[in-house]
Amino acid sequence: MTSNPNATFTLRRRHLLGIEGLSPDEIVGLLDLAEEFVLLNRQVEKKRATLRGRTQINLFFEASTRTQSSFEIAGKRLGADVMNMSVSTSSVKKGETLVDTAATLNAMHPDVLIVRHSASGAVELLARKVDCAVVNAGDGAHEHPTQALLDALTIRRNKGRIQGLTVAICGDITHSRVARSNILLLQALGAQVRVVAPPTLLPKGIERFGVAVHGDMRSGLADVDIVMMLRLQRERMNGSYVPSVKEYFHFWGLDEAKLRYARPDALVMHPGPMNRGVEIDSAVADGAQSLIREQVEMGVAVRMAVLDALSRTLPGNLPNA
Amino acid sequence: MHEPRPILLSKARILDPSRDLDTKGDILIADGVIKDIAPNLTAGLPPETEIVDCRRLVAIPGLVDMRAFIGEPGAEHRETLASASQAAAAGGVTTIICQPDTDPVIDDPAIVDFILRRARDTAIVHVHPMAALTKGLEGREMTEIGLLGAAGAVAFTDGTRSIGSAQVLRRALTYGRDFGALIVHHTQDASLAGEGVMNEGELASRLGLAGLSKAAETIIFERDVRLAAITGGRYHAASLTCADSLEVLRRAKDAGIDVTASASINHLTLNERDVVGYRTFFKLTPPLRAEEDRIALVEAVAEGLIEIIVSDHNPQDVEVKRLPFSEAAFGAVGLETMLAAGLRLVSDGALDLMTLVRAMSTRPAERLGLPGGTLRPGARADIALIALDEAWILDPLTLKSRCRNTPFDEARFEGRVVRTLVAGRTVYEYV
Repeated sequence: MTSNPNATFTLRRRHLLGIEGLSPDEIVGLLDLAEEFVLLNRQVEKKRATLRGRTQINLFFEASTRTQSSFEIAGKRLGADVMNMSVSTSSVKKGETLVDTAATLNAMHPDVLIVRHSASGAVELLARKVDCAVVNAGDGAHEHPTQALLDALTIRRNKGRIQGLTVAICGDITHSRVARSNILLLQALGAQVRVVAPPTLLPKGIERFGVAVHGDMRSGLADVDIVMMLRLQRERMNGSYVPSVKEYFHFWGLDEAKLRYARPDALVMHPGPMNRGVEIDSAVADGAQSLIREQVEMGVAVRMAVLDALSRTLPGNLPNA
Repeated sequence: MHEPRPILLSKARILDPSRDLDTKGDILIADGVIKDIAPNLTAGLPPETEIVDCRRLVAIPGLVDMRAFIGEPGAEHRETLASASQAAAAGGVTTIICQPDTDPVIDDPAIVDFILRRARDTAIVHVHPMAALTKGLEGREMTEIGLLGAAGAVAFTDGTRSIGSAQVLRRALTYGRDFGALIVHHTQDASLAGEGVMNEGELASRLGLAGLSKAAETIIFERDVRLAAITGGRYHAASLTCADSLEVLRRAKDAGIDVTASASINHLTLNERDVVGYRTFFKLTPPLRAEEDRIALVEAVAEGLIEIIVSDHNPQDVEVKRLPFSEAAFGAVGLETMLAAGLRLVSDGALDLMTLVRAMSTRPAERLGLPGGTLRPGARADIALIALDEAWILDPLTLKSRCRNTPFDEARFEGRVVRTLVAGRTVYEYV
């Protein structure tokens, strides 16, 4: 069993609001720390006391099963008291504003807030109003930093590196915080990033993100090491952004034929939850090249690493207690 | 109220765009009007004349702000005619044109009358309403343009709503023509604007905010110009923001179509980068654009293509601004800062002072057919005195508006209003 993983590593910031602003060293530090938690999570005894006495509140303004449970498990394994608060948008609209909610929760002295919100910038706004650490669990179409970190960890464990890899991110780039965080992180660690999507799902100015832009899967997937698929929201499938599920799957859905455009050892990822038969075929999702289940495992480890690293700078912390 | 004492503005730099006049001299004010302007008027002054030493000051015609949103009636917590007029006076604005998006909407002559009476009783500057162009601002049926005009509405607009139906706008332009009605339009295609909250482009994509295309403005403006051409109506674009629209404006003017346009002071001095950090005080409609569009807009003012600068004053309280960017209200206050912000363009060398004052005072008065915008002897004495070299920092707590949603929070300015006269009466003095 490892003791005190990377005990000296700290994030020199109170919150994790995005990949933007993280240095490559900080990213690598978090990934290294997460490796140790991967080992811990495979043991029978998975508990640590790192966050003992700490209160973690998962504040989800947008429904989520996997991210919320991943953060919950991460917090509990580190010894924190974890509370889940799902605030549906409708109840917020009844009156209490985000800032009111922040003030209310702040008065309960949490140590860490994990926040997801449908509006870009909302987590940053909330972070300015509280005294504790805040982790962005996804804000609108802006950032989802722990997803990018878990994706990077998954890639690094399977490819041994990130530097020099070519990664294709495919699907609804316009509305995707996963795409934005991944572009920033993968570029910071030296990967080449492509985006592949129908033009209606590419945000304006995307070519200025330093990514190669492809409209079709054949050129987009040619010789890539990693194929990262994105979820297409149901309301965007039928005529608003793409004509139909059938047409979308035909041209942009990842099946075995399209996957053959990529390198033979290419690996397939998806942040979940998947729409089988929309953006990805079951044969690929469950196939030998798929890392989708491993991503879920890495998610818990990465979130433990983030909580651990942030907790080291929490006020009143005893160093590595 | 008793008549104020006569005032002599002594040894001022007198700047009057209505006559292209930039000279040194004295201005004598009595009975609410400018009695005389001459190099020296100290001899034979009326008894009890107040003499104001203006050796370091510039006297300009008071500003005429063609686009101010005020909450009275219906949203007095945001702004009243009284509080807006206090803010205006502090900014050298002597005439406010208020917008019809009140509750109830200014779409009935009785409400025009209400506004004028409330303004007379509570406001310290002149207030004239624009009336709604369509009933209830719904974009369907035109209002009583003739009766509203007779009641005192100076122009017709649906405020920040754009008329989607070309037919409705065409009929309004046609019908309004013989009344001489000025139709003022917010040029933004609603369907193309969609959920957009800031300028479309790389920055919006990075921030994960829905973008609002410049084409949403240019398409509607181009349509409107053609409607103005076939109807012969009088048309004014409320707030243009991008270079493409300026090309359309240039062509319209070259073709002799009766089309004019304003730019807001915000779009002339700020750009989309100010939004970074999800700063909702910079969430405006139309949205702030890229720097190259801002520069094109300033150049258009400098050459007289854009003739009018507006404050686009739009008070919004904390409850609707302290929200995630996409959920926050649009708008910024501006009456108190429009001149100071405009002076930045003067000190940068982008505009000369004459052009700035013409666009903020003379041209809007002329386009609306209102008194003001001039320092001609005999004219109503609406005057702002400004100290061009006075440096100051805006403290939002000192704003006289009921809302403090200023994009110039803690901004550094050079040049400020030190006294404002409305019809010969001092309504603001900086001490």
